[in-house]
Amino acid sequence: MSAVIEHDNHEDHHHGPDKGLMRWVLTTNHKDIGTLYLWFSFIMFLTGGVFALVIRAELFQPGLQIVEPEFFIQMTTMHGLIMVFGAVMPAFVGLANWLVPMMVGAPDMALPRMNNFSFWILPFAFSMLLATFFMEGGAPNFGWTFYAPLSTEYAPPTVTYFIFGVHLMGASSIMGSINIIVTILNMRAPGLKLMQMPLFVWTWLITAYLLLAVMPVLAGVVTMMLMDIHFATAFFDAGGGGDPVLFQHVFWFFGHPEVYIMILPAFGIVSAIIPTFARKRLFGYASMVYATSAIAFLSFIVWAHHMFTAGIPITGEMYFMYATMLIAIPTGVKVFNWVATMWKGSMTFETPMLFSVAFVILFTIGGLSGLMLSIVPADFQYHDTYFVVAHFHYVLVPGAVFSIMAAVYYWLPKWTGNMYNEALGKTHFWLSFIGINVTFFPQHFTGLAGMPRRIPDYALQFADYNMISSCGAFLFGFSQILFLFIILQTIRGGKKATDQVWEGAHGLEWTIPSPAPYHSFSTPPKNLEEAHG
Amino acid sequence: MSEQSYEAYYVPHNSKLPIFASLGIFLTLFGIGSILNDMTAGVEHSAGTWVVLVGGLVLGFTLFYWFATVIEENQQKLYSDQMNRSYVWAMAWFIFSEVMFFMAFFGALFYVRFWVVGWLGGEGDRGPSDMLWPAYTPEWPLMSNPEADKFVGPAEVIPSLQLPLVNTMLLITSSFTVTIAHHAIKEGNRKKLINWLAATIALGLIFLVVQGYEYYHAYVDLGLTLASGIYGTTFFMLTGFHGAHVTIGTFMLIVMLGRALKGHFDADDCFGFEAASWYWHFVDVVWVGLFIFVYLLGGGPTGF
Ligand code: HEM
Ligand SMILES: [Cu+2]
Repeated sequence: MSAVIEHDNHEDHHHGPDKGLMRWVLTTNHKDIGTLYLWFSFIMFLTGGVFALVIRAELFQPGLQIVEPEFFIQMTTMHGLIMVFGAVMPAFVGLANWLVPMMVGAPDMALPRMNNFSFWILPFAFSMLLATFFMEGGAPNFGWTFYAPLSTEYAPPTVTYFIFGVHLMGASSIMGSINIIVTILNMRAPGLKLMQMPLFVWTWLITAYLLLAVMPVLAGVVTMMLMDIHFATAFFDAGGGGDPVLFQHVFWFFGHPEVYIMILPAFGIVSAIIPTFARKRLFGYASMVYATSAIAFLSFIVWAHHMFTAGIPITGEMYFMYATMLIAIPTGVKVFNWVATMWKGSMTFETPMLFSVAFVILFTIGGLSGLMLSIVPADFQYHDTYFVVAHFHYVLVPGAVFSIMAAVYYWLPKWTGNMYNEALGKTHFWLSFIGINVTFFPQHFTGLAGMPRRIPDYALQFADYNMISSCGAFLFGFSQILFLFIILQTIRGGKKATDQVWEGAHGLEWTIPSPAPYHSFSTPPKNLEEAHG
Repeated sequence: MSEQSYEAYYVPHNSKLPIFASLGIFLTLFGIGSILNDMTAGVEHSAGTWVVLVGGLVLGFTLFYWFATVIEENQQKLYSDQMNRSYVWAMAWFIFSEVMFFMAFFGALFYVRFWVVGWLGGEGDRGPSDMLWPAYTPEWPLMSNPEADKFVGPAEVIPSLQLPLVNTMLLITSSFTVTIAHHAIKEGNRKKLINWLAATIALGLIFLVVQGYEYYHAYVDLGLTLASGIYGTTFFMLTGFHGAHVTIGTFMLIVMLGRALKGHFDADDCFGFEAASWYWHFVDVVWVGLFIFVYLLGGGPTGF
């Protein structure tokens, strides 16, 4: 079952891309589509980032200075939605598009037209979402978790467009995941066994499965909202025999797996980069696969740890507490394996490695605060405070976002054929690293001291830490302009990259030229021992 | 296309279809959104109607053309076995995602029945809902709701062993007929294929008519509506989404019938038919779940 690429209307199948703008609109090429996803994600990252800076500017001092409370909460909501659905998820899908076919030796993604469809839905979905700013009633103002009845009975009319926007994103994610799963299951080079695949491919296989399992549930919950709002159904209205807490159950049944959707591909990236720069094989490959599967399984049965204070039965709280704590075990296995990979390695610290090492350390901090939150009586205190904000930002920013940045630095030479400027890359890393910690570390303390999240004003005793936080946020925000500059500079030129790019790199993608040709594996690769790094 | 001794994976060079589909789906949803908002705000004529019309046309034509293209490529034998396997996997995972969509609604039903109703009646030690309506005694199906003027309860609910039982038999039979049609392809017996496929479609259409009649009866005679509280909510949302899927499934089967009449499908290349029939089986299984949990164990009268 060898695979060879073939085209309509072309004798020669080694042709390159079309010219002009339409190339990007009509393309079916996995690399083009990967690029589109990555740029889209970057634009969303900057947009969501600007919203975050509005929030941090308002919180720089106690009292109301810059924005109205109503606008503040719209900013908070849109920041969360855009970062989760617009920045982090599309970035990982973009990386999957670029890398999965190259890593498994496939000619392209399994369903190339649907691939284009999954991408092009996204700009429409986010236009719909962002358009609500200019509509009557303003943008969604119920937080990214959109709890009913805030998002039903008390929502602005624009909630309807929010709902359809979520439907569109869901459709995009489902089609994208189907494509990735099918590519991995059906398009591997002949002879490439599942347990030979790079971990990035493995983690994406499991992520795609999670997406297929929970995106429809998200679609279900927003549909229930839609019906409650426009057709007087009673899903979330106790007056009709429904229950607002039902919303939280359905939402978090999606929501908790969703947080793993945003971190499993990151695990895969870090598992590719650390061995390269430690110049050792990944420690415990098989246990990494099993741990990832275990995490995915557990992620389905812990959702109500987000609802300890919502009034669920005490037995339920006990169960969800212990189940949540179990996740720490497979997560611990992973952290152990990364550290063991570095142990006695010949390490060098190029930019991707810096981001990856920072990932291991800072993600662990986020995981540990997660464990604290899983303790029911403690969570009664922490819930809806800045401690939760600190927790999920530690797992999402130096977790998911750092891994994406690491991936960009690591594979950019393969994509563009040029090396990025190492000194600038390191500068970018250190500015981000300092910025992020200055922003979020103090929030642990304000949270423990009782500062609630999602408010534009706060008590005076929180003033100092908030000021520090805001300074860190602006530092982090502005250092991303440097990131943009470095990427543009690398695309335009720079030291030529070799095929292998990094001395210690293993994997099929490093066996083809840099920049990777438009069609990488027109005939399937033979050197499969290379595949798993 | 060059002759190759090895298998080739077909990758179209580029395609105008997805961008039009994206535009169409965007306009359709945006239009529906403005219609709904106007409806809820009490605006008479919604400009959204035009947007839906344009969007629906763009989406409809694009999807039609898209499927036509795929079928055409398949007829030209552009697809290798590996390509066909991609479609098989894709369809299987798509159905999995559909199952999860229904799970959300079944989950809501179970949650309401097992917990919410009890809490409304004062069970459990933390039922704020009981504090809101201390005099209220709930009994499933809820014939009156805690907030009785906002949600007017139904007079009666649909008995399970009458029309729903008929519908169950219709759909189960149709699962068999579609399987016979499948065997007919394998045997290369086109006449048998066409007859049994047509029978399946007929069963699906009768199901839809019966369902339509049941809805009419519920709305007009029984006062059971979407707005009559959580029983009506779960009842109509579950059966309604199922009905929508039967409609899609029947449509798929009709397309397959058209293809069968044109001479498509043979024993080793009938993915389109198989996809439609899996979808049909999936729709049947969901119905069996509905029949058991919404009707039979749904707490209403059996009507027997
Ligand atoms: C050891 C692993 C983890 C544990 C034990 C854990 C535990 C928790 C708990 C108990 C909460 C609820 C806090 C509350 O609202 O009172 C929470 C919130 C959250 N977690 Fe985690 N978590 C873990 C890993 C992660 C990861 C990997 C991510 C994402 C990449 C993540 C993202 C989030 C988010 C976004 C929220 C906040 C949701 C919201 O209310 O807006 N967590 N976590
Ligand atoms: Cu969680």
